Amino acid sequence: MAVITAEDISKRYIIDHKRGKGSTSIKDALGDQIRKVFNGKKSPHEETEHIEHEDFWALKDVNFSVEQGDRIGIVGHNGAGKSTLLKVLSKITEPTTGRIHIRGRIASLLEVGTGFHPELTGRENIFLNGAILGMTREEIRKQFDAIVDFGGIEKFLDTPVKRYSSGMYVRLGFAIAAHLDPEILIIDEVLAVGDAEFQKKSLGKMRDVSASGRTILFVSHNMTAVQALCNRTLYFERGQLIEQGETNQVVASYLSKISKTKLIREWNTPEEAPGNDLVRIKKIEILPEYVDNQIFIDVRTPFRVRFEYWNFMDKANLNLSLHMNSMTGECIFNVGTQSQPYSKGLIAGECLVPGHFLNDGTYNVSMMIVKDTVTPLYNMEEGLIFDVADYRDGVAWYGKWPGYVRPQLKFHTEMMEENILND
Amino acid sequence: MKTHEVVIEPGRSEKNYWRDLWKNRELLYILSMRDISVRYKQTILGTSWSLIRPLITMMIMFFVFSKVAKLKGDPGIPYPLMILAGLTIWTFFSNSFTQISTSITANSNLVTKVYFPRLIMPLSSSVVSFIDFLVALGLFVVLTIWYQFWPDWHILFLPFFILLALLASFAFGLIFAVLNVKFRDIGQLIPFIVQIGFYACPIAYSSRLVEENAGEWWHPIYYMNPMVGIIDGFKWSLLGEKAFFNPTSVINSVVIITIFLFISIYFFRKRENSFVDDI
Repeated sequence: MAVITAEDISKRYIIDHKRGKGSTSIKDALGDQIRKVFNGKKSPHEETEHIEHEDFWALKDVNFSVEQGDRIGIVGHNGAGKSTLLKVLSKITEPTTGRIHIRGRIASLLEVGTGFHPELTGRENIFLNGAILGMTREEIRKQFDAIVDFGGIEKFLDTPVKRYSSGMYVRLGFAIAAHLDPEILIIDEVLAVGDAEFQKKSLGKMRDVSASGRTILFVSHNMTAVQALCNRTLYFERGQLIEQGETNQVVASYLSKISKTKLIREWNTPEEAPGNDLVRIKKIEILPEYVDNQIFIDVRTPFRVRFEYWNFMDKANLNLSLHMNSMTGECIFNVGTQSQPYSKGLIAGECLVPGHFLNDGTYNVSMMIVKDTVTPLYNMEEGLIFDVADYRDGVAWYGKWPGYVRPQLKFHTEMMEENILND
Repeated sequence: MKTHEVVIEPGRSEKNYWRDLWKNRELLYILSMRDISVRYKQTILGTSWSLIRPLITMMIMFFVFSKVAKLKGDPGIPYPLMILAGLTIWTFFSNSFTQISTSITANSNLVTKVYFPRLIMPLSSSVVSFIDFLVALGLFVVLTIWYQFWPDWHILFLPFFILLALLASFAFGLIFAVLNVKFRDIGQLIPFIVQIGFYACPIAYSSRLVEENAGEWWHPIYYMNPMVGIIDGFKWSLLGEKAFFNPTSVINSVVIITIFLFISIYFFRKRENSFVDDI
């Protein structure tokens, strides 16, 4: 039985270029109206209107249906329309066109701790937030102890939440939401907050909820969490639902799309290539060595980084230096080639980065050409930016794996002596 | 259990809107409690502020209008009592009106994240103003005891005028609340309206003085103000026959308020589903 049927949902926003989104001035609006009434002419504002205002379709012709007990993942880039869809489904904003039929009590959690008042105590905020999310006082009272326990805030129940740490704030917010009892639960990116311990707890709670046969819609950028929790996934791009189906398949095509675009940068002639009179870069490329039918790089995938550059000097001792940087700018490693004499021409270099080495994340690989092992000739700082996706096997934890590298080092435990404690 | 079905379509307002509103009465209660309990947090004088303000305003106005300007009050009624009566109902109206007008923008964090009938927000703001009003009314009672001035049967009409003041604050506040979402000019305009209204209504003076100018061109215009009938009626209920009251002015108030109330609610209901897009 379909609990949600969405037909041709579109949502249009009008972007106002001159004044920006938000409050307009009543003077302009009134002035335009008055001018229209009095001389039937278009106002100066209206004549330039098509330049100033632009239609933006946050959602365009979206069709899908959700069955009872489905756990739906919703993925896509920022601004793809995911949050707008959730807002339309939760009746916060109405669609411009289309029709949605929902069967069942719906609760949406677009933010943790919606409506928390900083001056009120934890106890008061539990009742406030619960009521805002649609619980009756009776329901809250029944769940009160469980909420306090789940959030781990017993000691601070009567402290105003403005004195809470951000972690406590989030825990309390999620604890309340986790004890809602709707037939359909809508969740937006809740796991982006909180420490690893708490993320684990909340994912566990969500799995319990889905195990009890309730329907979940879950927006996340955490593909590992989507894969762990959702049986079906909707993939949005620029307001359109471009793919829907079985989670692993949809997530794979989403990941391949975000990484494919960036794996090569190439310049055909020295004139347009970056560099200087001595050397110019021709190509930077990442060549993944996929196994099976993989279509994107994950933590298991070995890949080669290939460089090609033109050397315009007759005789020079050159070597290449490769920097692998995190997106926050730290260098994770730096490797260099042996210095070798070269004459004028095209030179290539290749470095193999093994699988099970880089952690998941986004990386920037850059290259430096060095003469006589000490003089940098050219440093290409923004080389290639690429993503390494997460992959885990047989692990029940889906929080962000810490660290820049994730090597598979030999590590084992053994029992040294049995039964020494219960003599 | 009966399944709960919802259809979402552009321009479609909830079929069971009023029932939905009733179902959300706990939310109304809790939002009102929130506003009341955070009101005087981190103040030394706390709730006594709701007594200090009207008392001092009354004293200053008594000084300015009665002692300096030497305006005549209603014979047989202590001037301070007359001022406090007018001030009490006017403050209720103007607070409620102001709070309703800004209720949607003040709760924008809720509007953008959860659904509930949006009428809850103006309703809860008026509850807060009503509590303040009750405190001020208590102050009035203390002052009548001080002056040994006892109310008579007219007091039976008091609830009617209180209700009328409340409805008036909705009739004008809801339109402004909707406009304020898109045009923040309203936020600038409201204190100005309240200030003008203070002089355009018989608060610090008696309508008897207005009535003495019955032939003047501005006399009918003065009575177009729906608050005049409400304030005079309120004074009349509390202070008895000696307080000046022209009953026809109430008819004016009832008609204007009814018309605006319907327009306001219609406008509010029509726009409430897209508040989030404009806020």
